[in-house]
Amino acid sequence: MTWALLLEQTLNGFQLGVLLFLLAAGLTLVFGIMDLVNLAHGSLYMAGAFFCATFTDWTDSFIIGVLLGLPATLLLGIAVEMIALRTLYARDHLDQVLATFGIILFFNELARIIWGPEGLVIPLPAWLDGNVEILAGVFYPTFRILIIAVGLSVALGLYVLVARTRIGMLIRAGASDRDMVGALGINVKMLFTLIFGLGAALAGLAGMMAGPIIEVNIGMGEEILILAFVVIVIGGIGSIRGAFVAALLVGLIDTMGRSFLDLLLKMLISGNAAETAAPALSAMLVYVLMVTVLFFRPQGLFAPRGG
Amino acid sequence: MTMNRRGVVMTLFLITVALLPIALVDQPFYIGLFSRAMILSIAAVSLNLLLGYGNMISFGHAVYIGIGAYTVGIFAYYEIYDGFIQWPVGLAISAVVALIFGAISLRTRGVYFIMITLALAQMLYFLGVSIDEYGADDGLVIDVRSEFAGLIDLEEGIAFYYVIFFFLLLTIFIVHRLTNSRFGVVVRGAKSNEVRLRALGFSVYQYKLTAFVIAGVICGLAGLLLGNFTNFVNPDMMHWTRSGELIFMVVLGGLGSLFGPVLGAFVFLLLEEILSDLTIHWQIIFGPFLIAVVLFMRGGIDSLLGKSTDD
Repeated sequence: MTWALLLEQTLNGFQLGVLLFLLAAGLTLVFGIMDLVNLAHGSLYMAGAFFCATFTDWTDSFIIGVLLGLPATLLLGIAVEMIALRTLYARDHLDQVLATFGIILFFNELARIIWGPEGLVIPLPAWLDGNVEILAGVFYPTFRILIIAVGLSVALGLYVLVARTRIGMLIRAGASDRDMVGALGINVKMLFTLIFGLGAALAGLAGMMAGPIIEVNIGMGEEILILAFVVIVIGGIGSIRGAFVAALLVGLIDTMGRSFLDLLLKMLISGNAAETAAPALSAMLVYVLMVTVLFFRPQGLFAPRGG
Repeated sequence: MTMNRRGVVMTLFLITVALLPIALVDQPFYIGLFSRAMILSIAAVSLNLLLGYGNMISFGHAVYIGIGAYTVGIFAYYEIYDGFIQWPVGLAISAVVALIFGAISLRTRGVYFIMITLALAQMLYFLGVSIDEYGADDGLVIDVRSEFAGLIDLEEGIAFYYVIFFFLLLTIFIVHRLTNSRFGVVVRGAKSNEVRLRALGFSVYQYKLTAFVIAGVICGLAGLLLGNFTNFVNPDMMHWTRSGELIFMVVLGGLGSLFGPVLGAFVFLLLEEILSDLTIHWQIIFGPFLIAVVLFMRGGIDSLLGKSTDD
């Protein structure tokens, strides 16, 4: 039975990990290429979840909800980039942090006006709502397996896009020397908008995947945004590969800590003390991981060269 | 120092604040609002030491407000109300936490520094949320304010008002002296050219770390005051959006100006008060206002008072 639990929690860790990767990939791309710190990335995650909830409600289909939600978040991302963020590229980080903080306040309130203060639920179709027997006698929710599959395919897709296509070549070139790419006649402005839209769509996708598990509510973006920051700091800001490894690491450690730390502590200290200490310690675990990584490698695990 | 426009505004402002309780004897609402504004001013002035003078974009400054407030709250939970115990302990914990957080985050720079200060602060926020003994999400009620052996009674609104006013003046004075001292010149020099300073033989890291600890302790003081003032402490005081608001106060008032953050904190709170009276959806105005300040009002309110004398 414990082995079944261990397997289940490992999968949960993977599932959180791929969600974090979807968020962190956009964040790290935008920072690596445009040198922009975007706190409002969590707002796009929230927007994706709300879009999906609404479209699912209209069409009675979660799949159509996602298919409509993705371009909606993409367009929203492009609009945000063109209206507000474009002017911020030349500014220092402090200005970027503050202005994107303002964007969060705006979007949170806008969501409250449109969708109301109550959370929304995204209902799953019957074929996704059940459990699958992954091993003899071990069941696991179908939808969570879908999340892992979607996350891994997106990771693969991103790898192919960045490493094998012309757009990817421009992205990599933009990351190492923006001015040079511009001088070579590439429309950098459009490239930036495109990349931002891509990041937005990925964040939205993460929101849509998380929506049916947690409730869709205002402020859902802020909590996970900080974890995504931890991920890109550990992975090395600007590195997609780093974001992938760090996201899985953070997802696994966070999930494992929350489920097994009290058992582990009980072997060391008295049961009562362990019961009190475990939740506090497990809440801090990923941050301790971040600090440890930074102590040995201040630039993160996979710091991109020249970035 | 000759009385320029900035000096006149600053003096008039302080006189207004000093006389307010006399002018508005029966208006506890305004006394409360101004008390709060002064407490947040103290926090903002301390953050300006990092943001404005040292170019350290700390995104976790609200943590020290939480530490100060939690110190009062936890002592009160164990029915220890003596301010002579509570306050030194609160300041000491702020110093130790700032020393640890500073030592870690100052190893990095740029955007890493922003994210690490953010993440470390969030770690303490989650610590607060996860400790059931001290109320977890709901926090603690502080039923009795700090007692100072009968010397001063913080339960008395006006007396507390002047205690806060005194600490605000003290904070401004300390930061003024610090930034104009040899120490302050090194920290400010590190902002414009760190490499050159290191070449001159200064251990910039140690100077920055010292500034980080001083700012943490002053903000811890603001937390001690805030916990007493609101009679309440919860993890939300440490949430990263609170740190974001503090940064906004500093930038709104004027980065790197001595008095700007005070004006920033006052304008922030008054605006919040006015807008939230207007509509419950006041943040839909406040967010774009914040963006507009960043884009179009460089130098903040302070820049309206003429050319800065600090540089």
